[in-house]
Amino acid sequence: MRRIYINEDYCIGCRLCEIYCLVQHSHSQKIIKAYKEELPRPLARVLVEEQGYLSFALQCRHCEDAPCIEACITGAIGRDSNTGAVLCDENRCVGCWMCIMICPFGVINMNTEGKKVASKCDLCYGEEEPVCVKNCPNEALVYEER
Amino acid sequence: MALSLLCSEFVVERDEQKCIACQVCVRQCTNDVHTYDPENDQVTSDNSPCIGCHRCVTLCPTQAITISRNPLYFKENANWTPLAIRNVFKQAETGGVLLSGMGNDRPYPVYWDHILLNASQVTNPSIDPLREPMELRTYIGRKPDRLQIDSGKEPRLATRLSPQLVLETPILFSAMSYGSISYNACLSLARTAQQVGTFYNTGEGGLHPTLYQYGQSTIAQVASGRFGVHPEYLDTVAAIEIKIGQGAKPGIGGHLPGEKVNEEISYTRMIPTGTDALSPAPHHDIYSIEDLRQLIYALKEAICYEKPVGVKIAAVHNVAPIASGIVRAGADFVSIDGFRGGTGAAPTVIRDNVGIPIELALAAVDARLREEGIRHKASILAAGGIRNSADVIKAIALGADAVYIGTAALVALGCHLCQKCYTGKCNWGIATQDPYLTKRLNPNIGTRRLANLLRAWSLELKEMLGGMGINAIESLRGNREQLRGIGLTDTELKILGIKAAGEAW
Amino acid sequence: MKRDDSKYLIIGNSVAAVAAVEAIRSKDSTGRITIISDEPYSVYSRPLITYFLSGKVDEKRMFYRDGGFCQRNKVVTILGERVMALYPQEKKVVLENGRGFHFDRLLLSTGGTPIIPQIEGKKLRGVFTFTCWNDARQVRDFIESQKIRRAVVVGGGLIGLKVTEALVELGVEVTVVELADRLLGATFDRKASELVKNYIKKFAISVLVNNTITGIKGENSTVCGATLRDGAVIDAQLIVFAIGVRPNASLAEEAGIEVNRGVIVDEQMETSVSDIYAAGDVAEGWDTLMHARRPLPIWPVAHRQGSIAGYNMAGFPKKYPGGFPMNSVELCGLPTISAGITDADQEGYEILQDYHPRERRYRKIVLLDNRVVGAIFVGNIDRAGIIIGLIKAGIDVRQFKDHLLSEDFGLLWLPQDYRKHIVEGPGIEV
Ligand SMILES: Cc1cc2nc3c(=O)[nH]c(=O)nc-3n(C[C@H](O)[C@H](O)[C@H](O)COP(=O)(O)OP(=O)(O)OC[C@H]3O[C@@H](n4cnc5c(N)ncnc54)[C@H](O)[C@@H]3O)c2cc1C
Ligand code: SF4
Ligand code: SF4
Repeated sequence: MRRIYINEDYCIGCRLCEIYCLVQHSHSQKIIKAYKEELPRPLARVLVEEQGYLSFALQCRHCEDAPCIEACITGAIGRDSNTGAVLCDENRCVGCWMCIMICPFGVINMNTEGKKVASKCDLCYGEEEPVCVKNCPNEALVYEER
Repeated sequence: MALSLLCSEFVVERDEQKCIACQVCVRQCTNDVHTYDPENDQVTSDNSPCIGCHRCVTLCPTQAITISRNPLYFKENANWTPLAIRNVFKQAETGGVLLSGMGNDRPYPVYWDHILLNASQVTNPSIDPLREPMELRTYIGRKPDRLQIDSGKEPRLATRLSPQLVLETPILFSAMSYGSISYNACLSLARTAQQVGTFYNTGEGGLHPTLYQYGQSTIAQVASGRFGVHPEYLDTVAAIEIKIGQGAKPGIGGHLPGEKVNEEISYTRMIPTGTDALSPAPHHDIYSIEDLRQLIYALKEAICYEKPVGVKIAAVHNVAPIASGIVRAGADFVSIDGFRGGTGAAPTVIRDNVGIPIELALAAVDARLREEGIRHKASILAAGGIRNSADVIKAIALGADAVYIGTAALVALGCHLCQKCYTGKCNWGIATQDPYLTKRLNPNIGTRRLANLLRAWSLELKEMLGGMGINAIESLRGNREQLRGIGLTDTELKILGIKAAGEAW
Repeated sequence: MKRDDSKYLIIGNSVAAVAAVEAIRSKDSTGRITIISDEPYSVYSRPLITYFLSGKVDEKRMFYRDGGFCQRNKVVTILGERVMALYPQEKKVVLENGRGFHFDRLLLSTGGTPIIPQIEGKKLRGVFTFTCWNDARQVRDFIESQKIRRAVVVGGGLIGLKVTEALVELGVEVTVVELADRLLGATFDRKASELVKNYIKKFAISVLVNNTITGIKGENSTVCGATLRDGAVIDAQLIVFAIGVRPNASLAEEAGIEVNRGVIVDEQMETSVSDIYAAGDVAEGWDTLMHARRPLPIWPVAHRQGSIAGYNMAGFPKKYPGGFPMNSVELCGLPTISAGITDADQEGYEILQDYHPRERRYRKIVLLDNRVVGAIFVGNIDRAGIIIGLIKAGIDVRQFKDHLLSEDFGLLWLPQDYRKHIVEGPGIEV
């Protein structure tokens, strides 16, 4: 499957990936509106870790042997048969946070806007390329089949 | 500390309606222009440290920022320009030599813009480069006085040819040392040179072992500091260039401040970490053409006469006779760097006032070597202020074999000519060694952009050649009939060796 | 093959069974699979029964897999039927109604049974345990029909508190009675227990520790109160026992399969009798922290064991690497996570903690020989999985120990080769 690969050597810590991810997962999908009018602010599903000059953007790795699928008590987290992506069906999620407990990458968040559900990277379902990859100014993220 | 009299050079304007306080600008600016205040979730900007590099403008996801020149008004004075006043302020505050990066930015005439190209009409039909072969391949190196052919059963070249560099396009990347520019910038240049079939130049910083793999696309410099010069260095590369001078700072040496000499650079340059890398103004073993000849031949011995050895000089008043001496001393190519040539750091007063334009220097050197009948003994590489393919083709018609581009290459990599290279805080990751900043130049992107630039220029070169009815760049070299001057004095025309626009053959 | 013969027979229709089916089907797309369960439902999620009770999850969302799961995977299900006996020699099981099923390979995923103390009044109307959907339905119906106002929940563990939360949401006043000196004693340390106790008190929940009920009082064969060990009597119309489950291993035991507390299995989840496997709450798998076999009645372990059993049953050897206890419980909006050894005061253990009782935040990390062996998160559980991943991988944390508790602790601090290969498989490099 096509996955997002991280090249930490070229991540410049600008966090544009987070910004575009947030916009993509907002209601309006419009950057200024998402930031200025949507409250509480939507969550980005990618997180840039940074320490000194080292940084990288981390989002769900869509593990082949995904521990979160195993731990999810509702069956909300599952693998999309088309893309291979590990997706969370937010309608079924009850917010037990078993996935947060088990994901060794720490890339699932509590989504507290409105509903208490787990929010995670969905590879921008339906888009040709995830927006974090598309908008990374330095190609520190690439989306490819390896 | 007393109040500084220097007011900000730029004004940073932020459209509050558009700013989403995402802080990309805050993180990107190394000059700390932007700050985020979490209390009111707002980003504000301080104009004074802004150097106008546009990093924030380019990365801002809502295009909320613009940078403009500070309209602050000094009373009109044709003599005391704002620059002159500001420079006095600076020196009065610091007591130091003013430094600058990049090339001379003063409004001296740009001769390229006063030279026009010819095109064929009727008598000598033009050539369509898309349909017919068009040769850009160029050989750099000493050409034989005459060719001897053994005309046996199968004719054979009897003359032993001097080593040549083969260029697929007559454009090379000029000397920019690892130290003055980042590793990723060097890597981008090296990879592009290899990919396109041309050469880049190490500058005086030596060659990092991880770049040895691009050795066959590398010209190695031997400069007055002799940094990083060792047998392997000479063995790995394709050609050697002895650096006597540089267009941006003729007559003076170089100085890489100790802060930039990190582990990798110290290793590459073979100097202790953290020490200043000082290149003396002259080579302490060269005080005459004879001395230069000794160095040229010492190097040729070292590489068994298998690679061309050239000499780089700055374009100064006496450039023509000096070049002649260099050719006679055995150089296989002469690189001439005009006064607009770039630099990582130079005293502003030198950069802006010393040397002559490459156009005039090149014409003078070519003419002189021809007069002396030694033009074929060395190739001429013109450097310093080549901005586009038109400049390239004009340089070749004026007598260059090929041109070096430095600034243009850096601009392709993202340089915005803010001229602050010497601060080591290049926001574009080019002229810096700060690992936080060097990451900003992804060599994959850099290589792609440089290769694109060379491709684009090469296509344009072919178009222009075709228009002149010429199908090989070699046929254009020194073909000054293809050029005409406009708005030039008779003396300038004479030195350039071209007719005025409107004069027929 | 006769109609009732299966290549794969599975007893129990819960997560271990589903995981086994999915593993088998990834390797063997035709071999007949039969599932027998005494519960009358398609596979549903057991942990959701407290959500069902409170009404947060409706009937439809209770199911763990969609309606087409069995058809897609060609699974025959026999629901609402209890397996009464297992004959390993004949490779056969028999239902209550006498019907027999032969198998090539059998998976016991019979889960656990709730423990009910032997006390007076336990048969009264209004006394419940709480481990299956029917329990939840019955409690709900009872509360609705009897207009229950007050309840006693016996047991202050995970299930007890989740039931309590649900009851409170239904408007029932609850007293939690816990024998130990604190809530969630099995998984929490004292500080974390205290935080939770103080927090849930706000929701009109009374907590009695160091106490238990010794008798249930009835009226018209219906509960009307509970007598405490200290003699006090609580007025209540509903009693829920949540004092633990034990592996439901009787079937195996009677068949002569080796059983300790749970069914003993090897690394491939095979029991002492070949071709008979066990997985989930019924089994006693390897605890990597205790270095011993013991039941680990938690969902992810049941899933993993079921899956490993499935692969082995289908002839693809795979080993269970072992597990350790961990749980994530949100109580009345307060998220908590605990894992591994959380309360270690013995010598050799090193404790890192960040404790803010007022803000109800607590993070604790237990180290042994510079390796993380346990952790507690209360209030802020962000990225807890990274720490738990460290327990699993047994990484030496000396280099970044000081940062383990910091706000921005992340993968970046971890050794590069670890962070590049945390999970096996492609695409996971970081
Ligand atoms: C209220 C509650 C909340 C929970 N919350 C969590 C949680 O948040 N996180 C967590 O990790 N774990 C939680 N658990 C534990 C988790 O549900 C179990 O670990 C998991 O369900 C075990 O799955 P299993 O497949 O081993 O067996 P079970 O789910 O126990 O299923 C066993 C099945 O086998 C059937 N069966 C047994 N014997 C026979 C027989 N002889 N014939 C036919 N059928 C039989 C049973 O009726 C049952 O349907 C919770 C449990 C409960 C009860
Ligand atoms: S957009 Fe790219 S460079 Fe910027 S933080 Fe994200 S990954 Fe790094
Ligand atoms: S959420 Fe975590 S565990 Fe699940 S697939 Fe993504 S990275 Fe893997």
